[in-house]
Amino acid sequence: MPTFVYMTRCDGCGQCVDICPSDIMHIDKTLRRAYNIEPNMCWECYSCVKACPHNAIDVRGYADFAPLGHSVRVHRDEEKGTIAWRIKFRNGKKDMELLAPITTKPWGTGYPDLAAAATPAGDMVKSENLYNEPKYVAMNDSALATLESNGLEIKEGVYY
Amino acid sequence: MFTSNPFVELSALISTDVMQMYIIVMAVLVAGGTILDMMHKKSAKYFFEDAKKAKASATRTVGSGEKAGLAVAVLANEVLTSGEFANTKRRISHLLTMYGFILFVVSSALMIFESDLVATETLAQIWHTGAIMLCLGGYWFWFFIRVDVNSEGAKWYKLVRADIFIVSLFTTATFALIWSYLQFNGMNGKVGEMGLTTLFFLFFLISNTTLFASVLWSKFAHMFFKPAAALQKRIAKADGSNLNLPTDFDLTDPAVQAKFPDIPEYMGKKPEYMGHGIRRESPNHY
Repeated sequence: MPTFVYMTRCDGCGQCVDICPSDIMHIDKTLRRAYNIEPNMCWECYSCVKACPHNAIDVRGYADFAPLGHSVRVHRDEEKGTIAWRIKFRNGKKDMELLAPITTKPWGTGYPDLAAAATPAGDMVKSENLYNEPKYVAMNDSALATLESNGLEIKEGVYY
Repeated sequence: MFTSNPFVELSALISTDVMQMYIIVMAVLVAGGTILDMMHKKSAKYFFEDAKKAKASATRTVGSGEKAGLAVAVLANEVLTSGEFANTKRRISHLLTMYGFILFVVSSALMIFESDLVATETLAQIWHTGAIMLCLGGYWFWFFIRVDVNSEGAKWYKLVRADIFIVSLFTTATFALIWSYLQFNGMNGKVGEMGLTTLFFLFFLISNTTLFASVLWSKFAHMFFKPAAALQKRIAKADGSNLNLPTDFDLTDPAVQAKFPDIPEYMGKKPEYMGHGIRRESPNHY
């Protein structure tokens, strides 16, 4: 169900306005606080809920993962690189928490340094493959390219 | 100009009694407007109902001593240093306007009521400093960091009801400074400017009256509500209710690592500081 804002927690910083993919989080013209201008168009993507630095935005969760009336709250802690969820049933007895990593490296440090990469050679430029595209991804008419045929193996865990 | 009390010269035109009465009327309008605003928005009702709901889901009781400590923290952090703002620019702008407003209003009242208490020159300097601080913070906010402009992409001249407070605030300070400047120069013999002086005094009066008389429709009352909301937020965090938000886990705690094994597996036993993430950029990608 759509997002709503706790007005006393919102400081009108604009993070939710900036991130909403449906452009429906806007600033109220009377109080200069955020609000959902079109709840029917909200996808419940939780982008604004996670982006709010004051946890001022909440969503009422559907009955397909907990009985109605429950509370589902999320805290995306970027400085720690984790996301924490908490689902509390309406009787208050069932209270579940989840904590998971959302990055393993400091933000902005996992990008490939393209300026330092070698200039593509002639055959690479003529190839239909994209730059640095792993060969095992490419379709080949003569044979099926696999990790094994390319001498690779799958790595476990999150890696860049 | 900065050491000259503009209200002394004004007393030739308007008696001190009338000026004092005007200040009392403005104070009554602020008090009345705040009470009406509270009744209209049912802020107090919401506040107490929310506190009752939070108490029901609290995991521990917060004693009166701890509550007093939290009130001191609210005073030091949210009230005196505007620490609730996530955006540093907004925080600085807010501090400029807040302290500018306090200096301006208090020195205005003292200059009109009790100019004997403090040297008039000092009061005049405080009054002008307050007005300049109001202009700096107000115009910075209005043209650049106002969320309508910064995040919504609205033009700076697009006025909405939420602007009554900020516009009347910086126009009051601007017209006060212009009036003071014109009057000071008028005193030095430029009699031809006296008409202009009166005109800008009228602009100052209109802006000032709008500021204090529009409390019911403007954001003026936020200065009384915000400390209460900040205290409630801190109490909710202290008593464990915290709007049912997840626990703020310590990632290096072995118990947390045992409960959530993904953390040590992917991030190590001592996860590093990951930086500000999306907050590395200002939210202005409209």
